[in-house]
Amino acid sequence: MGVSPDQQKWASNASPPNGLAEDVVPPLRRIVVGQEVPPIRVGDGFGFEENGQPEGEPAWGHGSEPTPEWVRESMRTEGLTIAFGKKEAVKDVSLPVNTGEVLALIGPSGCGKTTLLRSLNKLVDLTPTARRSGRILLDGEDVDLFDDTQLRRRVGMLFQQPNPFPMNIFDNIAYGLRERGTKRPRRKELEPLVVDALERAGLWDEVSDNLDHPALSLSGGQQQRLCIARSLAVHPEVLLLDEPCSALDPISTTIIEETVVGLKDEMAIVIVTHNLQQAERVADQVGFMYLGDLVEYGAAEQVFNAPMAERTKDYVRGDFG
Amino acid sequence: MSSAAAKRRKAAVRQSRRNAGPPKKIKAKGIWSIGDRIGVVVAWVSGLLLCIIAASITLFMGWKGIQYVTWDVVSNSPVASLEQAKTGGFLDPIIGTLLLTILGGLIATPVGVAVALWLTEYGRPSPLARFVEAGVEVIAGTPSIVLAIFGLLIYQQGFMAPFSFTAVGGEVFGRSFFAAGAAMSLIALPFVVGGTREGLNSIPKHIREASYALGKDKASTIRRVLLPSARRGIATGSTLGIARIAGDTAVVVVLLGASLQISPEGTIPGLDVLRGTGSTLTSYVFVNSPAGEGNAPEKAYAAAFVLLMIVIVLNLVVSRLTKKGQHVWG
Repeated sequence: MGVSPDQQKWASNASPPNGLAEDVVPPLRRIVVGQEVPPIRVGDGFGFEENGQPEGEPAWGHGSEPTPEWVRESMRTEGLTIAFGKKEAVKDVSLPVNTGEVLALIGPSGCGKTTLLRSLNKLVDLTPTARRSGRILLDGEDVDLFDDTQLRRRVGMLFQQPNPFPMNIFDNIAYGLRERGTKRPRRKELEPLVVDALERAGLWDEVSDNLDHPALSLSGGQQQRLCIARSLAVHPEVLLLDEPCSALDPISTTIIEETVVGLKDEMAIVIVTHNLQQAERVADQVGFMYLGDLVEYGAAEQVFNAPMAERTKDYVRGDFG
Repeated sequence: MSSAAAKRRKAAVRQSRRNAGPPKKIKAKGIWSIGDRIGVVVAWVSGLLLCIIAASITLFMGWKGIQYVTWDVVSNSPVASLEQAKTGGFLDPIIGTLLLTILGGLIATPVGVAVALWLTEYGRPSPLARFVEAGVEVIAGTPSIVLAIFGLLIYQQGFMAPFSFTAVGGEVFGRSFFAAGAAMSLIALPFVVGGTREGLNSIPKHIREASYALGKDKASTIRRVLLPSARRGIATGSTLGIARIAGDTAVVVVLLGASLQISPEGTIPGLDVLRGTGSTLTSYVFVNSPAGEGNAPEKAYAAAFVLLMIVIVLNLVVSRLTKKGQHVWG
């Protein structure tokens, strides 16, 4: 495992600006197929206490701009294999998903990245032919122990197409908050939660006057942010994004990307994207998949600038895809 | 991909263009074969012919009908008479038509929506689903007179007496608004099922997944997302079905009695009408047309006009209502 550019940068710096000692700067984790994924514990190697609290100012970040974040493992897959009928879409994938980081899954079409993403909230299980082996852990617990509905409240998802429900803006956000079986909460009780979700998704200023308008009257970009707000309303621990900007214009894309990056302090974010520039812009960690295999996993800067596997090299250079 | 190969390819394209000479103007004529041209003419003529037929029905019935529709005929009950001037109006058939469409629609819509939901969202085991589909198709293909006779068979049973017109001696006639409404609901059912299925099938898969991804189960998804999204399809199907009910004659003659006036049965207000016999505009038109025995063609034309208006208004109202719910999925 070589010395990363980050480490070199830090190493050449007599006193790192964040006050962390040189030796606690963690080596960038990277995985090459065939190697075992190193177990990552809470606070492991990040200069954090075992309880996950940062020591002083949390200021360590990958990439060129050191953004304050609190990185801790939220989910992980262990030897995850997913097959549709006889075709294996995801083969023996082990990778961590961390709070405080954006993980981008890249790779050519049909490489299994969307299947991997959809397995994290067990949406794949809705496909009758899907078979899964291996484990998926959320906060160290096997997701099979949870009820599907419980799991999906903790692991939110955003889709390729903006898909607000055919109801007004308020009800779209409140939809996830209204529990089944219990008495329907009154609008007054839900209002602060709805406003909060819209604010976090950066949509509040645009829709504050017309919460009763149909959600489908919004523009495509606004609809997608409404969908983000809808997921945020139930306070998920992980947010899965399945090519969230592929149906949007560049300005909306930028806004969504900024929103996503702004959310990573609160939750783990996994984004599947075909757009390598987008992955470079938002991701801290990158997983490159090819034909169902996780070929490479590591810090975004490294995967893009100094990929270890030949396949990754070819792909990020744009030779195939 | 080497740029040399691309250059070679571009050069080849340029060369082939040079060989072909200047681009020729494409002649518009003579491209279509005789068969295609005949096809186009047939398509145009058929379309125009249909417009003419539809327009002439409406205009003819409007012209004939407006002449004879007066406040008197729509506000008076029919009276038996050999003279046309003394046959009264057709208030009872109007009420009969409305009652029967409401009754039939009230039965067919929930059942039809439930069948469509099961077929679209569950549909397992699939042999059973295919069997249900076939059943709906059989009902759709059965002539209403057959449904009516079948209904009579059931409603003439003694235990159906609470729902039927009965004779003094306790004989069950098997004729009532209940009986006719139930048979009519079968006529409307395939339309409701079809419309609802179409509505549900037009909802993209990712809308359902978005609901599941929020931790919602199937029941909430159906109730709060799918049914509201499919309401246009449901409304369209119900309207088509209700229009069929309003237009059916066979069931009225066999199961409603096609009596001149609404004859309540029993003593409970409201329920007595539903247990009793009556007629609708269709049976009234039939009986009073030159083909029937009443021989009051003016009344028949007026009634036919009113029936047409009811159906047209019904369609307009529903298309208005559903336009609100219309949306384009991204």
